[in-house]
Amino acid sequence: MALLQISEPGMSPAPHQRRLAVGIDLGTTNSLVATVRNGVAAALPDQQGRTLLPSIVRYLPDGRAEVGYAAQTHQSEDPRNTIVSVKRYMGRGLKDVAHVESAPYDFVDAPGMLQLRTCAGVKSPVEVSAEILKVLRKRAELSLGGELVGAVVTVPAYFDDAQRQATKDAARLAGLNVLRLLNEPTAAAIAYGLENASEGIYAVYDLGGGTFDLSILRLSKGVFEVVATAGDAALGGDDFDQRVFCWVVEEAKLAPLGARDMRKLLVKSREAKEYLTYHGEAPVSTRLSSGEWVDLSITTEKFCEITQTLVQKTLGPTRKALRDAGLTVGDIKGVVMVGGATRMPQIQRAVGEFFGCDPLNNLDPDKVVALGAAIQADVLAGNKPAGEDWLLLDVIPLSLGIETMGGLVERIVPRNSTIPVARAQEFTTYKDGQSAMSFHVVQGERELVGDCRSLAKFELRGIPPMAAGAARIRVTFQVDADGLLSVSAQEKTSGAEASVTVKPSYGLEDADIERMLRDSYEHARDDMHARALAEHRVDGERLLDATRGALAADGDLLSPQERGEIERAMAALGAVVGGTDHRAIKHASDALNRVTEDFAARRMDANVRRALTGRNIANLDV
Amino acid sequence: MQNHFELFDMAPGYALDTAALDAAYREIQARVHPDRFAQAGDAERRASMQWTTRVNEAYRTLKSPVQRAKYLLELNGVDVAFETNTSMPPEFLMKQMELRETLEQAGEAKDTAALDALRTELRAETLALERALVEAIDERRDYAGAAGLVRKLMFLDKLDAEIDLAYESLEA
Repeated sequence: MALLQISEPGMSPAPHQRRLAVGIDLGTTNSLVATVRNGVAAALPDQQGRTLLPSIVRYLPDGRAEVGYAAQTHQSEDPRNTIVSVKRYMGRGLKDVAHVESAPYDFVDAPGMLQLRTCAGVKSPVEVSAEILKVLRKRAELSLGGELVGAVVTVPAYFDDAQRQATKDAARLAGLNVLRLLNEPTAAAIAYGLENASEGIYAVYDLGGGTFDLSILRLSKGVFEVVATAGDAALGGDDFDQRVFCWVVEEAKLAPLGARDMRKLLVKSREAKEYLTYHGEAPVSTRLSSGEWVDLSITTEKFCEITQTLVQKTLGPTRKALRDAGLTVGDIKGVVMVGGATRMPQIQRAVGEFFGCDPLNNLDPDKVVALGAAIQADVLAGNKPAGEDWLLLDVIPLSLGIETMGGLVERIVPRNSTIPVARAQEFTTYKDGQSAMSFHVVQGERELVGDCRSLAKFELRGIPPMAAGAARIRVTFQVDADGLLSVSAQEKTSGAEASVTVKPSYGLEDADIERMLRDSYEHARDDMHARALAEHRVDGERLLDATRGALAADGDLLSPQERGEIERAMAALGAVVGGTDHRAIKHASDALNRVTEDFAARRMDANVRRALTGRNIANLDV
Repeated sequence: MQNHFELFDMAPGYALDTAALDAAYREIQARVHPDRFAQAGDAERRASMQWTTRVNEAYRTLKSPVQRAKYLLELNGVDVAFETNTSMPPEFLMKQMELRETLEQAGEAKDTAALDALRTELRAETLALERALVEAIDERRDYAGAAGLVRKLMFLDKLDAEIDLAYESLEA
């Protein structure tokens, strides 16, 4: 079939099949998958008709994992092997995590990211998250009837580089091609904005199970522009449960609890919190393993009192985002509420009072993020005809910098810069003949390195001998459209002799991911070769498709000789892409990529010229 | 390579047609942004990323009153030399010290209203400097004189950032 698609150069390719793409909201409490069908975004249900998948993974002694409701029913009896709210641990070390003492897990401290010891072995939060994503991937493939070309996976806007990278790794481990990491409030704004044809400046208040984001967006025809974002990556609905839990322990004067009782009581606390959304008083009643009964009742007033500081805590980032955007409350046209925790009446009230307007609740706060992600996935998969799509301009939430003398941070990319962004800074040697220089890359807003998140350390070697201060070392930060950073350093006076590029990886190297893939229960039976073949085929066909389209649109930018070269490379790839030799496909794809490099650059220049010409003509019309 | 003004097809100058800049920025982004090339080959994706990065940088520079002024002076061969040229008119420095004292006191007294007032005052001064820059750069083409104004503007910019920090510590 793929071979039949190879058309003569210049001939327009047959209208391609709709590419299957999904949006995934990998939440702290619940996860879900959505897709666009017949122009409408909808969440995909499981076979029992449930769309939400509790983000809970239970490991069994035989190495298997139960995910979702199955795991949820066992969480109190098997707390150590049943991981809830794993998102809180993504890209985090043990020292970064609050309430470690009341989490019933056997933590293992590891460089970069903590791990959890279960009966099925030591698991990284990346692996646990991958189990959730696998279930969603299978659900989507089953319900859509085919392989996915890719997924847009959402992350809290305030996630730092380590947390984003961990999320992307988890998706890779689950066999998903990540089309884009998308910020949750931005996804919600897409779903809301398109649904309501909104124009103007909106705030998105997103309080999830474990994270809080506040984003300010400018919505105008065809453009979603994030102006500023702020938040707290460790504040969410879970913390409200925790407050109820602490209140119960104190009120009932309970002795220190074991893991099972702790989990049981946390579940009861959460139920009480949810009950209070619609009632004035909620029972907290359970029997502990000692036989002792806890039988209390909590009123709305008490609940508001013990959670008041948490509610106030969300308003700090809200003010900060407004300031960063250079706006005041009066400039905000509406506040879109996202995340299950925004159902709490005290949150609704506080937001309404702060902004002086009623919060917008007309989309399901549990689903809106996944729906927005699905809509973006549909665009990225190329299913929207040109003209019907829109432009999304997002920002990085936290500043990026480098350690300088005295443990201070030199800021290189400021927060709220529109991505992709690149920024360079020059440094020099401080000793005569210094041949190496080490760099420490950090993320955060504080002045001292120790108060920021450490992302990577690397060394530039081979600096030619020079007097102190004579070398010119240019350090470049590049943040891509997923908000992920890569850093390179180069000594300028000697050219490319000494240069290094790092991608912060938090203990997970490509080789680790390969190994996890091989070790995982599912893939042990999978044929790795078949997987590689499938991937390279999809890539090869996509490349052929794209090149054909490029030749049809901009073939006149090429000399006959250049065109011939590209067509030969296309024919070479076309000859192998339907075959079974994955290395040959990869080789031919790389070759085609190489010969189209100049063409790609010229096309992009032409695009910019056309953009401005189009605008001038439009201006003349006025 | 085109300069930032040429990139957006605008006449170089300190007075800025914000609407025209926004429109040109969006037009170009709509054609080069990585989201448009998610299904393209590696070469095109790389080119898209490079262009978007460059367009974002140019836009940010022109949007910012300080960066735009610095950039215009650079185009005309004048270095603002904020770090090295520290000679400032004494009355300006006196005024700066006063403002900083007010900031410190407001921070210590946790006085949000005082911070608000300080910010309003600072904004008015910033606007006056920006008007002076339009005259110096666009009308008189006095780039050396403009450099002094830019240094003042950068002073105020720093103070503005410190006011943000003061608000943040009040809210923490």
